[in-house]
Amino acid sequence: MQYKSQAVAKPYFIAAIALFVGQILFGLIMGYQYVVGDFLFPAIPFNVARMVHTNLLIVWLLFGFMGAAYYLIPEETETELYSPKLALITFWVFLAAGALTIVGYLMVPYATLAAMTGNDLLPTMGREFLEQPLPTKLGIVVVALSLLFNISMTVLKGRKTSISLVLLLGLWGLAVFFLFSFYNSHNLVLDKYFWWWTVHLWVEGVWELILGAMLAFVLIKITGVDREVIEKWLYVIIAMTLITGIIGTGHHYFWIGTPDYWQWFGSVFSALEPIPFFMMTVFAFNMVNRRRREHPNKAATLWALGTGVMAFLGAGVWGFLHTLAPVNYYTHGSQITAAHGHMAFYGAYVMVNLTMISYAMPMLRGRTANSGPAQTMEMWSFWLMTVSIVFITLFLTAAGILQIWLQRMGTNPMGFMDAQDQVRLFYWLREIAGFVFLTGLVLYIWSFFCKKGEAVKA
Amino acid sequence: MSETFTKAMARNIFYGGAVFFFLLFLGLTFDSMKALPKRDHRENITESVTRGKLIWETRNCVGCHTILGEGAYFAPELGNVYKRRGGDNGGAEFIKAWIQSQPTGVPGRRQMPQFHLNDQQLEDMVQFLKWTSEVNTGTWPPNIEG
Repeated sequence: MQYKSQAVAKPYFIAAIALFVGQILFGLIMGYQYVVGDFLFPAIPFNVARMVHTNLLIVWLLFGFMGAAYYLIPEETETELYSPKLALITFWVFLAAGALTIVGYLMVPYATLAAMTGNDLLPTMGREFLEQPLPTKLGIVVVALSLLFNISMTVLKGRKTSISLVLLLGLWGLAVFFLFSFYNSHNLVLDKYFWWWTVHLWVEGVWELILGAMLAFVLIKITGVDREVIEKWLYVIIAMTLITGIIGTGHHYFWIGTPDYWQWFGSVFSALEPIPFFMMTVFAFNMVNRRRREHPNKAATLWALGTGVMAFLGAGVWGFLHTLAPVNYYTHGSQITAAHGHMAFYGAYVMVNLTMISYAMPMLRGRTANSGPAQTMEMWSFWLMTVSIVFITLFLTAAGILQIWLQRMGTNPMGFMDAQDQVRLFYWLREIAGFVFLTGLVLYIWSFFCKKGEAVKA
Repeated sequence: MSETFTKAMARNIFYGGAVFFFLLFLGLTFDSMKALPKRDHRENITESVTRGKLIWETRNCVGCHTILGEGAYFAPELGNVYKRRGGDNGGAEFIKAWIQSQPTGVPGRRQMPQFHLNDQQLEDMVQFLKWTSEVNTGTWPPNIEG
């Protein structure tokens, strides 16, 4: 750790991992409800568990992004953070808002929560991923503004690198496109149209800028490759991201009441969306192969390479699988969507955060890298989590194909629940893979407390 | 990448590409907004439909169901449920009776909560689902099962 103020990143990373555990536990509950439908009913109905599962994911990824920003910006700008105190206050505000929201979901019926939190003033709740009550949404805006102010002021007074500019651009984009979550038309079609301006333009737009900047930062540190080379790659990758991804929003405009020409725009541009992810894979491997130093943190290198590969598979390949309009006509809103969602989020955003944490956390604890045994344990957790997400994706894909075949094709289509009964086997297998994932996550956390061997001194 | 292709060139492609395609996206959005009224039949959005959408949202229906294919995949698609359950010949009655009879309590089966909706709220829910079933979705879903 070169700058004292980087230390504020630590609580962000710890909170991120803690919420990650919560996300996985609720995922397991939902996975079990898929096969034993009345499990925990009516205490935790499926829709509540799902809201907790997805909201925890979003919040912990945001914690990770923010921690990453506070960690890498001082090193990039070669100056202390503008205000470490503000960063810490922001941390507690965000954690409190997040915790209260989750408690609200679990303790109070959703309609009551909506009434309690002033949803009537400005109805924004009850839309997928944007279920947060109005005060939480406003809290997210305040937290984002505080982060942006702090980071922007730091960049202004320090060295301006491409990595810090790209990160800043990504974070500003994140804040700006979140504002569309406050727009909710009584016309469902308009509601959906602009809902995607938050959801799609986040995950297939500005978040990829944040991802790219984080990956580029870690690759510079662990490979020692010339900054000019890495930053050139970064620009090319994010250029392709936005060139394909913005109009690629059209793949969500096939069947929601929007004009038919979106089937062309959406298919063509989103078919190109795997390109930046493929470049990211090539980028990561290329830089590691051309490394000029042997960094002792092997685990961080593994996570960085894994991010490239899994983001390409999950977001790129599994996205392409169902993105062409004639295919999507059958797959839209099926288990295929769920399969893609799981591997894409894990491969791109979970893994880039774990890459960053893997690199930065030892530094924050006053060492260059963890001991050999601790790293071995972390690498085992990498393989357990990564292999199980691959299997979760494969099982959901199998379930999806079968579901579509039974329910949407042929002359005698089955009803939804009848088709679900036919694919139970794959839901069971998915749940088993989920438990393996949890094992990996437990091992991951355990690796932080591994006392064996000597850490590599800073 | 070769030496002739510099970082400055890559940066310019990024800024130029982002701005160009965002403007194109705005243009397409502008055109879509002009075309939408013919497809979403907004002239049929009554106060009842509006209230129904709010009930849909505040009961977090999208946490289990899909609507026009978006949402969760735990329970049936509801964008066309009005038509699937009989349309103008019984669709409304079926939906109301279904919501009122939940949960089924069958052991091991997926359960839908009881939301204690009154007659007006049930009617609003039906009106919202009826309006949604009339949106021009480009013939999606492939068949009535959703």
